Amino acid sequence: MNHNPDILLTLAGNFALMSLFAMGGANAAFPEMYRLAVDVMHWMTDRQFADLYALAQVTPGPNVIVVTLIGYHVAGLAGALVATIAMCGPTCVFAFFVGQVWDRFKEARWRLIIQAALVPVSLGLLGASTLVIARVAGHSWQAVTLMAVTAAFTYWLRVNPLWIFTVAALLGLAGAV
Amino acid sequence: MPDIAPVRPTPTLFQLLVAFTMIAIFGFGGVLYWSRRMMVDERKWMTGEEFNEAYALCNFLPGPNIVNFAVVFGRQIGGTIGAFLALLGLLGPPFALVTFFGFLYAHYGDIAVLQRMFVGVAAAAAGLTISTSLKMWQPLLRERVGVPHVIALATLAGVGVMRWPIYWVLGVMLPLSIALAWWVRR
Repeated sequence: MNHNPDILLTLAGNFALMSLFAMGGANAAFPEMYRLAVDVMHWMTDRQFADLYALAQVTPGPNVIVVTLIGYHVAGLAGALVATIAMCGPTCVFAFFVGQVWDRFKEARWRLIIQAALVPVSLGLLGASTLVIARVAGHSWQAVTLMAVTAAFTYWLRVNPLWIFTVAALLGLAGAV
Repeated sequence: MPDIAPVRPTPTLFQLLVAFTMIAIFGFGGVLYWSRRMMVDERKWMTGEEFNEAYALCNFLPGPNIVNFAVVFGRQIGGTIGAFLALLGLLGPPFALVTFFGFLYAHYGDIAVLQRMFVGVAAAAAGLTISTSLKMWQPLLRERVGVPHVIALATLAGVGVMRWPIYWVLGVMLPLSIALAWWVRR
């Protein structure tokens, strides 16, 4: 681990830049994170990246939290903080001001038109990423079953998904998925 | 409840912090499900339509979408402090947890057990994403079939089925959708 200021600047610059292009959620930025951490900067091996990704996925919270782990791996606690703030800070400030404008023009015609236009495209993107996620996760019939059962239980029966995740983690541990 | 029930409950700053903390600590495999459940189903701070509208805006802002959502919603409730508290709730606990995991990983470096659990969790998380998507599509499906349905399905097919590059699809669909929305409301 390297704690010099240079590496913190590199982390900050790269993640801030990446966040500006991460439209459609953190998932869209994973390939770019991989390229940066493994191919370009050689901060970690392919295996280590996969490990950190898995760690972030079993941690509750937004998927973007994987950048915290990458930052921690590269430069300890300072790196974790710098990477997280760089990834979320500038875009949060931007979202704050857009939210302000958006509220001020609540009744404006142009806002109603843009809003009406964004919703279906956003739902289309959500549907597309659902397809992709389901295809990747459904690698065996057991995984497909678990996926279908989770979807049905949370859609119709409103079962708390925490129970399902507990069972799913145990099934995975037992090698049954 | 002794008070007169308001049409739309508005959270206090403390309730805001608690809600986003809960979204974060329950949010295995992504937080969209818990955000919608908390905002729409449990606290009733938004309708399903309003959630879709806020999500759509945040989806097209740069950066992680639910993080943007926390800022936009928190600001509406309590200005700068509200935005900060929502962010703190959403990112604080996961930051602490994941840093602790990172520490353990740096010292032991073997997460074969976690990797195995991850396979199960990933399948369940995908199932949760399916049910959240279906719920979010419902307001659209209830409407009479029209332009928005075509736009949504075309985007879904372009990105999810044809696997065309997302920026190309958006470059076509966003202007088209805006033009059609304007034309319908002219």
